[in-house]
Parts: sequence; C-alpha cells; structure tokens
Amino acid sequence: MMLTASAPPLGERRLLADHPSSPLPRVSTKELIDLLTHAGLTGRGGAGFPTARKLASLDGRRPVVVGNAMEGEPLSHKDAVLLQHSPDLVLDGLTILSDALRSSRTILALGARVPAPQPRRGIEVRRLEDSFVAGQETALVNQLNGHDPVPTDPSTPVFRRGVDGRPTLVLNAETLAQLALVVRHGSEWFRSQGHPDDPGTFLVSLTASTERLLPQAGVLEVRRGIPIRELLERGGTDLTCLEAVLVGGYHGAWVPASALDAPLSRGGLAPYGATPGAGIVHLLDVATCPLEAAARVTEYLAEQSARQCGPCLNGLPRMAETMRRLARPGADPRLVDELARLQTLVSGRGACKHPDGTVRFVASTLRVFDRHVDEHVRGYCDRDLPRRTVR
Amino acid sequence: MTTRLHIDWTRCDGHGSCAELLPELLAHDDWGYPVSRTGEPEPAVPRQLDGLARRAVSACPLQALSLRPAG
Repeated sequence: MMLTASAPPLGERRLLADHPSSPLPRVSTKELIDLLTHAGLTGRGGAGFPTARKLASLDGRRPVVVGNAMEGEPLSHKDAVLLQHSPDLVLDGLTILSDALRSSRTILALGARVPAPQPRRGIEVRRLEDSFVAGQETALVNQLNGHDPVPTDPSTPVFRRGVDGRPTLVLNAETLAQLALVVRHGSEWFRSQGHPDDPGTFLVSLTASTERLLPQAGVLEVRRGIPIRELLERGGTDLTCLEAVLVGGYHGAWVPASALDAPLSRGGLAPYGATPGAGIVHLLDVATCPLEAAARVTEYLAEQSARQCGPCLNGLPRMAETMRRLARPGADPRLVDELARLQTLVSGRGACKHPDGTVRFVASTLRVFDRHVDEHVRGYCDRDLPRRTVR
Repeated sequence: MTTRLHIDWTRCDGHGSCAELLPELLAHDDWGYPVSRTGEPEPAVPRQLDGLARRAVSACPLQALSLRPAG
C-alpha cells in the first residue's frame, strides 16, 4: 500500500496519471524554494515565470495564496481537465504552500468552465466572473477584493499588496499541481522529463479550425520540448491539411507547417516569437484564409479590452479594422504599413499585456503569412478563388 | 539617479497637459494620449528636464503621471 502510494508516475503522464492518496510531506518555505529552484519549475499559466522566484519575492508577512483556474482563454481547456481529473493535486499544491507560508487565506479561483473540487479544510473555493483578462494577476486580485475584474497599474505588484492588502502569491492551477508532484517525488524526478533548460511536462490544449484536420480536440500531457510534429501525430492530426500552428493562444504566434520539427519549449519556439505559454496549440487548415482567421481573432481581442487604457481601447479596434480590410482580396498595400505603425503605437502602453499580446499575434500573422498578404494586395486569395477573385 | 516617466494607463484620460508641458519627451498619439518620443515606453528624464517633468506630474488632473527611479 505504501509502495503504491509513493511510487512516482513513470512516463509523460504525470498530472493526468492516477494518484493514490498518501500523506502530504511538510516542507518549510526555504526547502520549497530550494526544491523548486532545482526542479526548474516555471509557471504554467502563460508567462512562464520561475515559481521559486515568485515564492522568494514574498516578504516575511503572512501572505494570501491564490490558485488561478480562471482559464479565460477560449482555446484553453487544461485547467478544466486538470480539476476534473486530478483535483487533489491542485488542492495539495495549495495546502503545501499554505502550510509552508502560514498564509492568512488560501483561495482557489475558478472560471465558469472549470469544475469545483470537493471542499477541503482551509481552502476557499470561489467561482468568479471570467473573461479574457479576468485571470490576469491584478484583475484576479481586484475581483477577490470586491472590485471590477480588470487589471490595475503594475507599479504595485500583487506580491507586495494584493488580496486584503496583503502580499499575494498567485499561481496557475497546473503550476500548483506540478508543485505538489515535485514535493512528493523530488526535483530529480521532475527533471527526468523535458529539456534540461525547460524541464518537466505540461498540459496542451489541442484544437483545430476543422474536424477533418483534428477529429478529436482535447488535452494531452507531454514533455516540454516535444517536437510539434510528435504532439500533432499523437493528437491524431491529418498533417496533409495543415497550414500553420498557433502556439500560445490568441496572444501567441504562428509556426508554419514547414517547421513542425520545432520543439515546444521556450528555446525552440523563440525563433517564431512564440512561447509554450499556457499550452495552447491551435491548428489552422489549408482551406481557410489565414488572414480571415487572424482578422476574427483580432476582432475578438479588441472586444476583450478592459476599456481602461486609452491606447488599448482605441488602438485594438483600429488594428482589428485594419486586419479586416487586409483580409479582403484587393486590399490597399498601405494597410501593411498602417499595421506596423499601430503595433508600435500600442506596444507597452497599457496596465496589462493585452495590447502587447495582440501585437505579437498580428506581427506573427503578417510575418508567417507574408506571401498570402501579397496575394491579397495583388487582388486575389488562393483559398477560395472562384468566389474571392476581384476584378 | 535616473528617473523615468510612468503613466498609469488606467487613470490617464488623454487630458494632454503633460505633452504640452514636456514636449521634449512626450507627444500626443492618434487619440490624444501621451506617447513617448524616445522610443522607450517610459522615457528616461534627463537632469535638465527634471523641473519640467515635476510640473507635468503635478499638472495631471487624474494623477496618472509619476516619476519613478529607473530600474
């Protein structure tokens, strides 16, 4: 019985393996920071910040610990799957942190699509209003403090002043589950999967623009650094109708179908301006006009602005309109320059990274589909010739 | 110590007084919001502009502008 309970999961299925319950090891904050530093665990919610450094940035005051399972990105499903399949791992992560840091409150924040776990002593489960930006750290803290779920100026970081005015540690649900596994099975075990510079496994939400391309969308657990091709094959993708892969979601970047050997790791995706982010991988089929698809995403992102910061509130709709015009064959070539100008204009000019993420997506679209942009400027689109040719 | 101009975008309403008081560092964007002329999102304030920068900070009706140590 003890043996079964303490045996670490083998292979790439860790978070989604079956976990027999066993007593939680107790660790001090210092032991936890050392363990996580050696493991090399990074946040799985998108930004990829080293978890040990986040813990080390807290001062001596008793903090509030928040598990972030808001999952506001429509293409992401992994937090829902994790809370469905392995809710105890997420709660274990919260309990470990709560004990080590002697937290004043420990909260699990759930978005609308994420199932609630069984109650556990000491952990408040809160179902919150979700949106694309509501899971952003300061927006989440604002909502937990009873304010609107929108970001605030980052000059006062939540690790200094967050929930109840206390230092607040916000970690994504998957990060918490990974942390619980590291504490149970050790940092060497954690590092035995993945790349030395980007170790461990992660959850990937795999979706596609058509069912023919990917008969079954779903969430897979794979090692960091897995070549994109291997992931897609494992997911059952029909590679013959693949145009490109959007990595990192709507704030992410495209990897063309010609570059499927690229590893899904920070280093491997850097040449494409992408990161593994929150593990979102979305496939675009060859029959869809990529500029049309990108215009729709940009319109969505413009709608999701929290409407607080002038450059985002005004600039994102302008970018979306410009993308929409470019998506029509016969587009004015000056639209490309206008998009470049707008990208510079909104970058870095907001309380959160929503404008920067939108710029990353638009810039990647123009770069990866440059030949397609040329076609539109010359008056046609090879994706739907009979209907779309103009003049 | 170098300071930088920080804009709290959640407060800024595009009133425009900062860009008028500090045209060396700030211009107006398409919508009237201050935009850095230096290419950095938060422009460094040269010593000789320190006084004007302070005036711009106190002139902002929404207290959206502040001076921060560079770092």
